[in-house]
Amino acid sequence: MILIYLLVILLAGAFLAWITGKSHHVLPRIISLVVLSIDLIIVLHYLQSAHSDKDWLVDVKLDWIPALGISLHLALDGLSLVMLILTFFLGIISVIISWKEIDSKTGFFHFNLLLILAGITGVFLSLDLFLFYFFWELMLVPMYFLIGIWGHENRTAASNKFFLYTQASGLLMFISIIALYFVHGRATGIYSFDYLQLLGTNMHDSTAMLIMLGFLAAFLVKLPVVPLHNWLPDAHTEAPTAGSLILAALLLKTGAYGLLRFIVPLFPSEAVTFAPIGMLLGVIGILYGAKLAFAQTDLKRLVAYTSVSHMGFVILGVFSFNEIAYQGVVIQMIAHGISTGALFILVGQLYERVHTRDINKMGGLWDKVPVMGAIGLIFSMASLGLPGLGNFIAELLILIGAFKANVLMSCLASLGLIAATVYSLRIVQKVFLGNKNTDWKMNDLTLREKVVSASLVIAILWLGLFPKPVLETAKPALLKTLKNQKEITLENKLNNTYNAHLTLSTQPFSTTKYTKKAQSTQSSNLISLRSLCTPL
Amino acid sequence: MTEQDFLCLTPFLIIAIAPVVIMIVISILRNYNVVYGFSVLSLLAAFGSIFFILPSVPHTIEPLFIIDKFSLFFVGIIIISALLVTLVSYDYIKRIEGVREEYYIVLFTSTLGAVLLTVANHFILFWLGIETLSISLYILIAFQRSKSNSIEAGIKYLILASVSSAFLLFGMALIYTAFGTMQFCAMLAALGTGNKLSPLILSGFGMMMVGIGFKLALVPFHMWTPDVYQGAPAPVSAYIATVSKGAVMAVLIRFFFTMKGFDNQYLFVAISGIAILSMFVGNILAIGQKSLKRLLGYSSIANMGYLIIILLTGSNKGIQASVFYVIAYFITTIGAFGVISLLSTMEYEADKMEDFKGLFWKRPGIAIVFTLALLSLAGIPLTAGFIAKFYIILEGMKAGLMILVISLIINSVIGLYYYLRIITTLFSTAGETKLPDLSLSGNISLAIIASGILILGIYPGWLIDIIVRLVSL
Repeated sequence: MILIYLLVILLAGAFLAWITGKSHHVLPRIISLVVLSIDLIIVLHYLQSAHSDKDWLVDVKLDWIPALGISLHLALDGLSLVMLILTFFLGIISVIISWKEIDSKTGFFHFNLLLILAGITGVFLSLDLFLFYFFWELMLVPMYFLIGIWGHENRTAASNKFFLYTQASGLLMFISIIALYFVHGRATGIYSFDYLQLLGTNMHDSTAMLIMLGFLAAFLVKLPVVPLHNWLPDAHTEAPTAGSLILAALLLKTGAYGLLRFIVPLFPSEAVTFAPIGMLLGVIGILYGAKLAFAQTDLKRLVAYTSVSHMGFVILGVFSFNEIAYQGVVIQMIAHGISTGALFILVGQLYERVHTRDINKMGGLWDKVPVMGAIGLIFSMASLGLPGLGNFIAELLILIGAFKANVLMSCLASLGLIAATVYSLRIVQKVFLGNKNTDWKMNDLTLREKVVSASLVIAILWLGLFPKPVLETAKPALLKTLKNQKEITLENKLNNTYNAHLTLSTQPFSTTKYTKKAQSTQSSNLISLRSLCTPL
Repeated sequence: MTEQDFLCLTPFLIIAIAPVVIMIVISILRNYNVVYGFSVLSLLAAFGSIFFILPSVPHTIEPLFIIDKFSLFFVGIIIISALLVTLVSYDYIKRIEGVREEYYIVLFTSTLGAVLLTVANHFILFWLGIETLSISLYILIAFQRSKSNSIEAGIKYLILASVSSAFLLFGMALIYTAFGTMQFCAMLAALGTGNKLSPLILSGFGMMMVGIGFKLALVPFHMWTPDVYQGAPAPVSAYIATVSKGAVMAVLIRFFFTMKGFDNQYLFVAISGIAILSMFVGNILAIGQKSLKRLLGYSSIANMGYLIIILLTGSNKGIQASVFYVIAYFITTIGAFGVISLLSTMEYEADKMEDFKGLFWKRPGIAIVFTLALLSLAGIPLTAGFIAKFYIILEGMKAGLMILVISLIINSVIGLYYYLRIITTLFSTAGETKLPDLSLSGNISLAIIASGILILGIYPGWLIDIIVRLVSL
């Protein structure tokens, strides 16, 4: 029941914020903070029990529409636990950063904010495919309002584009969900949308491929991969700071989560067939995103494109099918959430002070705002993958994992690290260093902003230096996914002769060896050196 | 006729007697509130009587009536819709100067025609119902005699409806020629087991499709829709979009399923084509509209396109899906038109996009209802429209109608585009338009509609259970 309370608390808070917002400006903010803190405490409480061998830490199943085999099935495992902690943590941050920025219609703003977070929470918890789609769509409408009402100049176009892209791709997934429901129902006689029921559905190869493509459409648009990324720069740029933060840090992660939770377990052998294309899309995303990020003059747009690049690593990792890459994916989701979120916050803070996002008008700001400059430097370094910060661990693990699966792709992807260095340094150079282009009058971070930035800095450092707790928490869930995937692909391998790539991806390896090494940065460094040297 | 027959006709008798009583009341005392109150009570009584007769069905009154759970379900839907239309009409009609109490008389006669269609088991009753409905609608559409476009819409509807009725009648005549009977179930017996329909019967069906297609505003018989929706008083537009179409849909389902029309490949192809055309034409033409009533008119064309997909599923499950869809669509449409009628004044019909600019900041309550209605039309979760669309897609895919389902999906996205445009307008910075105040009746109706949309969207299980239990042919 506690999982349902997580959602109920958010929804109740949302309505309360809306109602109180009519008479009071601060009350909705306080309500949102309280609600999110309660949820955060609840999920943190589960961290202790995260290492148990149970499949699900908590599992609730209630009837919803029994006539159609739809149930209210929510469950928590290590992976969703990690994502939920991120969700509520960044939720709190986004309330705090909006404290001064959002000064009109605060009640409705926080209503939407909490509703989006409720949708995201639902996505991370659902084990019923219908319910999953329900929450998947639920987060769109409030996000649409968030961009459309509180956004910048071109907000209407951006919010429409965002909505249409995600809705169209979501509907393709919806068809796939229903198709899966029928395929499974016809084979077994049990018509159900339950994830656990649908696992291991016996399907014709081409049917399974088609159904998987429908799921992929939704997840790849959300992620986004390069040909489908068009909505992202607009939506991120036009959204208010809290909106950009949630979009980049949480909404994109639902796509990655979907790949891990649904694509790999439901379509194990089709996912392997798709893997070369998936990895290629990842590499294109990494390089193309980085290239476009470098070309931007609008700071917010620049940060938005770095998301495209970073999420490329996630796809690369997911389609490598090994534990080390998957651990990298989990860390990447969190590290990207924190570092890109922090950069968006920084852009928001700059915009509040100088009312422009054009980096050509900035420059030499370090003298005026040294604290802000330092924060900017830290997160630019995180973005380029400096050891000691979270993104480094993530990208390294992914590259190592990908290397085991596909050497060429891994090598190409590592070029992304160089590109990341170029655009990240450009941010620091153009904004904080260099010549003063305009003589701005501005003050440094206030206490509220310092608290926010400091907590994010601590988080990214902690993730970079001690990634073990996160890895350990998510590990059982990832192993479960992989085990299932490997069993099925191995079975297929015995039946058919597969190409060399597949053999690589299913090669048995010692899981313990890699996890031990991933426990500290120092030993990860060693792996990186070794694996980078091997091809040379 | 036996006592049992009369018992089973209670809801129909109540709806038939109510206008007579209203007429007498008007001749003694012309009081708007009294007439209105009486109308609401009569509709509630008629609705209540459905539960009263539920245990004694199915009951056939030879040769015209067949009163079964399916028809009673539709009667219930129609009465509730008529009730909701009555509730949103209160303010709108009250603002009309001169005679206005007669509005409710005509509303009752048209509702009578509609409920008769649901129990029709015979061409004669089918015809009587459709004509009672149509003739009352001419009056309702042209009810604001001082407005030229109201008259124009009335005349347009009159001419086109007569032509389509002629088609319908001719089609019936051809089928009668072939079968020698006008009773649906007897026709099936005459048809025999073979699936081949003779050209005579097929052309009869074709003619009837023209007439029915007109009433449901399916492409290519849709031309009247935008003009009539725009010209008619807003509550009447809601009435045409819901009660009139729902009743015709009920009789179409009964006729089509009794005759197993889905087994015939010509009919299958024709209906698929009409469905796909209706979806695309309706949605694409809706995009450019500036008048909300026209836009909703086009959107209703598309919605009927979605709905007739289930004719081809050929299963009871399909009918159940359609019933759910009809309920969700009715609530939603009455909500959308209700908002327009509640915001309109005597001089000014609030159906321009600009009238709704910034509505959310001025009248959050109304704007929320309107937003919910639009989201429901677009099929976004948390609203009834989502579950309804899902149900149709589910049954459509089950029957293997992939092309139709995929057109539905594509059209959902097109539809979303123009619904979003309206929602954006609602939430933009406030415009200048002055808005009238709402009465209690208006508030109640909006509250019912909003909660209906949400309840069916969040917890539809109970209604689906009821539908599955009651609705089958």
